[in-house]
Amino acid sequence: MTARIETSTLPAFAVPRLPSLSHAAVTRLALSWPLPLAVLLLWHLAATFEWLPPQILPPPAVVATTFVDLVRTGELPDNLWISLGRVLAGFAAGGAAGLVLGVAMGLSPTTRDVLYPSFRAIAQVPSLGWLPLLMLLVGLGEALKIILIAKAAFVPVALNTYQGLRGVPTRYIEVARVYRFTRWQLLVKVVFPAAFPQVWNGVRYGLTHAWLALVAVELLASSEGLGFMIVYGRQLYQLDVVLAAVVVVGTVGYLLDRLLTVLEQRLLRWRHDAF
Amino acid sequence: MHDASRRRLRGTALPVLLLAGWWAAFRFGWSDSPLLVAPSQVWDTAARLSGDGTLWRALGASLARDLAGFVLGSLAGFGVGIALGLSRLLENLVGPTLHTVKQVSLLAWIPLISVWFGLGDLAKVVFLALAAFFPVVLNTFEGIRGVPRELVEVARVFALTPLQLLCRVVLPAALPSIFNGIHLALIYAWLATLGAEYLLTSGIGIGNLLTDGREHLWMDQVLLGIVIVGAVGFTLNWLAGAIEARLLRWRGTSTGQY
Repeated sequence: MTARIETSTLPAFAVPRLPSLSHAAVTRLALSWPLPLAVLLLWHLAATFEWLPPQILPPPAVVATTFVDLVRTGELPDNLWISLGRVLAGFAAGGAAGLVLGVAMGLSPTTRDVLYPSFRAIAQVPSLGWLPLLMLLVGLGEALKIILIAKAAFVPVALNTYQGLRGVPTRYIEVARVYRFTRWQLLVKVVFPAAFPQVWNGVRYGLTHAWLALVAVELLASSEGLGFMIVYGRQLYQLDVVLAAVVVVGTVGYLLDRLLTVLEQRLLRWRHDAF
Repeated sequence: MHDASRRRLRGTALPVLLLAGWWAAFRFGWSDSPLLVAPSQVWDTAARLSGDGTLWRALGASLARDLAGFVLGSLAGFGVGIALGLSRLLENLVGPTLHTVKQVSLLAWIPLISVWFGLGDLAKVVFLALAAFFPVVLNTFEGIRGVPRELVEVARVFALTPLQLLCRVVLPAALPSIFNGIHLALIYAWLATLGAEYLLTSGIGIGNLLTDGREHLWMDQVLLGIVIVGAVGFTLNWLAGAIEARLLRWRGTSTGQY
């Protein structure tokens, strides 16, 4: 991955908030329904009149039933937990390493000079490119997945931490000098809080990328997890299973990102309260 | 100048050290793993594969696919982004659905696409177009929504037609954001090229080179593939940056006067 992905702000369409039920909000909410419903209806019609064979396009009702079945038999929850466990382990490892490297490069110009070019070179190769090498080096086991997810999380966290620390305005530091802050005080009270929003951005991208990498590695080399469900559903031509798993993958990705956004608001409130 | 060269020197220290370690590990037989290949062997493989044209065919196939998917996806994204940006109604109708679909990991689409479009180039290009579509749509939309109201008002005063308004005011003002989306699309498309070649294994390409190397335990080929993947990603990124800088030059000079 490159700097562009991590540092650019990916814009989002109106983030849904708790509706204050103004007229405009009601309109927006109402208008968001026709398209999905139309697609669903078309899908249903296509399946009912067999415009496409059911192996290729299972009817929505079947997908819903399959989903319920997969939840009841425990197959979906089991695979979901495995995937979540992997993503958290990899994200924790990669995120922590990224924070350390980012802080080291942000605070020490020498470290930056030595490590940054190599870091950029490694980051340039997408996670998928590393996969064959890692398969040869560590085999197909759990280590492969964790390492790949960790790498995916590591790059944006390190990059954003580094840039966040470097971007702290010199004025702040000058003011701190005037107050005769020790180096430690300077870091804890000025530099880290000022860099926090961008660091947190990196953490968010890190989690998003970790989730993407998880799905990728499970699709390619796994015998359990959501990605595996998709692959084996496809091999057996059970597209209902595939579609159900795809929906779960999308939902979890969305929820993980929302979780960090909510956490950020919490953390930032604390920051405001402190001053 | 002196400072810059010292920084560059420091930057090369680590790679040189790693290369030396790799070479020494091979030279002095610190490891007898069949996976440890000599640096020179990677070079030889590069020479051999480029000599008999395998490398160039693979690279050409990957890049052609990349380009086709990128162009299709960005054009579609550009069109939809403009439509959504100009019409609140469309935004409300389509936006939420688009935003939801975007959440699905890109690679998770491949199994579905392979059932619907087969395992050949068509499926790959469709997937690549999907990868390029989302960043362009979102950034175009954001860019148009971010056009300052005053600019549009001035255009109204000059009684521009809607088409003139779009081409002379809205699009130029939204251009930086649109470029940002295209830039991202270029990177995503390359990433997706690899993913498509891994998962839809028919045909040739750099991704197939990598998987072949892995299946046969040809470490040299795997390493070579990784270097190429990185180099192509770097080049595309650099190219997009250069074009962007050139096309947006007029903005730089106009603000540079103040």
